[in-house]
Amino acid sequence: MPLTKRIIPCIDVDIDEDGDAAVFTGVNFEDLEYTGDPVEMARKYNEAGADEFVFLDITASAEGRETMLDTVRSVADEVFIPLTVGGGIRTRDDIKETLRAGADKVSINSGAIANPELVNEGARAFGSQCIVISVDARRRYDEQGEHYAEVDGESCWFECTIKGGREGTDLDVVEWAREAEERGAGELFVNSIDADGTKDGYDVPLTSAVCESVSTPVIASSGCGDPEDMHEVFTEADADAGLAASIFHFDEFGIDETKRYLDERGVPVRL
Amino acid sequence: MSVQTTAEVVLVDYGLGNLRSATRGLERAGASVEITDDPAAFDAADGVVLPGVGAFAEGMENAAPLRDALVDYAERGRPLFGICLGMQMLLTSSEESEREGQGDAEGLDLIPGRNVRFEGGQKVPHMGWNELSVERDYPIVDGVDGEHAYFVHSYYARPDDDAAVVATSDYGVDFPAVVANEAGNVFGTQFHPEKSGETGLQILRNFVDYCVEQ
Repeated sequence: MPLTKRIIPCIDVDIDEDGDAAVFTGVNFEDLEYTGDPVEMARKYNEAGADEFVFLDITASAEGRETMLDTVRSVADEVFIPLTVGGGIRTRDDIKETLRAGADKVSINSGAIANPELVNEGARAFGSQCIVISVDARRRYDEQGEHYAEVDGESCWFECTIKGGREGTDLDVVEWAREAEERGAGELFVNSIDADGTKDGYDVPLTSAVCESVSTPVIASSGCGDPEDMHEVFTEADADAGLAASIFHFDEFGIDETKRYLDERGVPVRL
Repeated sequence: MSVQTTAEVVLVDYGLGNLRSATRGLERAGASVEITDDPAAFDAADGVVLPGVGAFAEGMENAAPLRDALVDYAERGRPLFGICLGMQMLLTSSEESEREGQGDAEGLDLIPGRNVRFEGGQKVPHMGWNELSVERDYPIVDGVDGEHAYFVHSYYARPDDDAAVVATSDYGVDFPAVVANEAGNVFGTQFHPEKSGETGLQILRNFVDYCVEQ
């Protein structure tokens, strides 16, 4: 089947001191660092051969909403590849206005956990293919989970967190992934609080657990430090797409370089 | 007298399409674009584009006031281009509306056939970049054989007549990636040309050229 694995750069967008939208990237667990202008970065990745582009609004404030939609419009004008927009989406109207601004898909995280019916509503109105459910997973080693994985000889489960990992929900990621799929999610976007920022590789057991439990496409996110990590998550966990931020933003590796690395190792990519 | 080199294209606004991306793509391909829900605009245009994101039943319901005008326009041999859901709407019916309990929505029936769901155990939706295999020599697919295009869909067209299949892709099953009617003035792509990088822009340029020649 010649469907290619997707390589996806992701930008986190906040409002800077001047009230403008700007990309910020976490560096080695330190504070977020100003990384660039969202529109210029979108243009750069469109030209570099990215398969898709993810724009996450990390302001999560009502005041920033209009600025963000304006920025989404400008970004959408620059990219001729799919654009996924997430952050702060809680209602059907949020979905609609984000799509109208030029997003092809919306990524919904805590808004769907708080109101699972939003997944059904969104899928019914706009089609499953534009409803991406995003989870921020965290490993837990207690006995309250439903689906366990062996990680380095220990048994753990994966919990959905909210507020960037600061709050737990006791909800099992695998259970939630299945439920979201049943409700009409068209894609699952799997972040790992444990792997985020480490550059030690994706959380492969987490990605595998989700990939094995659902039939919708899975985007692996968090922890990518080099093309080898992408290779690992595609071959060992069968993810459909690999997302990365800092390795691309800081030009540690290029999109093309990453794809060639994968192509040489037999992973189907669009060159 | 100067030769017309650009096409005036109407992008149909029925409340669901990804109008912004489609507009930018068409503009990049050299068209001037008017976004409208007024069927009176069709006649003056060199071509009409029916964009699409969303569910079949809601799409047909929203497009209901435009149905007669679209069918009439197409039957007069004018260029009509459906994208993704817009392509599926060119067919007669879709399994989607019944499966989703949305009744028995009728398509435009410009390309007789039905949209059906992938049933071979593949991951659904079919989402991502897949290779195009051109089966028939139509201007719309000039220069794209073997290139990749971006798909996002759970249902695909199954035209009654194989001759309507212009290009295919392989997703467990060979399914139509590009369809056209017999006269060759109504066509659609299951993928999103406005999201398919350079390959997609090539198809939009082919469409604009075709509109100019008509």
